Amino acid sequence: MKGTTPVEITGNLAVIGYGLAAIGPGIGLGILFGKTIESMARQPEMSGQLRSTMFIGLAFIEVFGLLGLVTPFIFP
Amino acid sequence: METALSSLATILPLAADDSGFHAPSLADFFPPAVLFEGTPFEINRIMIVRFIATAVLLTIIILAAKRAKLVPGRGQVIIEMVMNFARKGIADEILGEKLGKKYAPVITTILFSIFFLNITGVVPFLNVAGTSVIGLPLIFALWVFFLYLIDAVRSLGVGGFLKGQLFPPGVPKFVYIVLTPVEFLQVFLLRPATLTIRLFANMMAGHLLLALCFSATSYLFFQAAGGLKVLGAVTLAGGFAFYLLEIFVAALQAYVFAILTAVYLQMALEPEH
Repeated sequence: MKGTTPVEITGNLAVIGYGLAAIGPGIGLGILFGKTIESMARQPEMSGQLRSTMFIGLAFIEVFGLLGLVTPFIFP
Repeated sequence: METALSSLATILPLAADDSGFHAPSLADFFPPAVLFEGTPFEINRIMIVRFIATAVLLTIIILAAKRAKLVPGRGQVIIEMVMNFARKGIADEILGEKLGKKYAPVITTILFSIFFLNITGVVPFLNVAGTSVIGLPLIFALWVFFLYLIDAVRSLGVGGFLKGQLFPPGVPKFVYIVLTPVEFLQVFLLRPATLTIRLFANMMAGHLLLALCFSATSYLFFQAAGGLKVLGAVTLAGGFAFYLLEIFVAALQAYVFAILTAVYLQMALEPEH
């Protein structure tokens, strides 16, 4: 018996890459929604405007997660 | 008999092949051609789904427009509500009264057509979103791209447009070394590219999630051994949850695309704000 027998790992490294790519947008969305809810609670009369601004921000953050999703197809 | 069985197995891989679990793959989005194979006008399953979605949308809108009354019926109220939302909630709120009036038809068209092409992803028997292959989102994004490019150049001139976009006022001169290339990439590449990728990747991921949940359910119920069958109930419940989520995502992506169209138009046409 020589050395250790490593556990055999199969699968694609890209899966781990996507997991890493999802961390940033996850944090971003958390901050975005948290801050929006906070602002809505402070000023309920601004809710409509805050919500539409939130969705614009959501779209910009979300695209980072989705870029991680499509990267394996662009760089296989 | 053998050949009949094997051809059945290729048609119904989940039902006829009991040799294991079939995960959904990207091949789902490139089905075999139905008509005009090998020409640029190749018709496959996803194209047919798109035709159906367009036909349904046109039928609904034309019927609603023909039967429009002063005192609206139930169907008319729903359509008027969405149109009112596109005009007041998106166009007027972001672009302002004057520009909002001009671009409300574009934004309404985008909202309606993207919603109908997205929702086919959860309609039984259609089962795939018309926007889940990159071509259609790309067309919508290029439409928005050329719309803000051409209209901004027309109203501000080439110099005014480039100055407003690439040299935003209110920052020290040396910052332009960094800011201008970034803004150039934003305006000419990232805005249309992210519009495309956001829509197409969302719908693709949604289809894969649903297909994974339901094919796992089928495998666990009919082929897995003993205790694993219980897990099938979990994947079935998960499948229904994702089904509801996909309905929400279809509407949300249509809304996001429409609101970003308005935002990009506003950024291009009124750069100093």
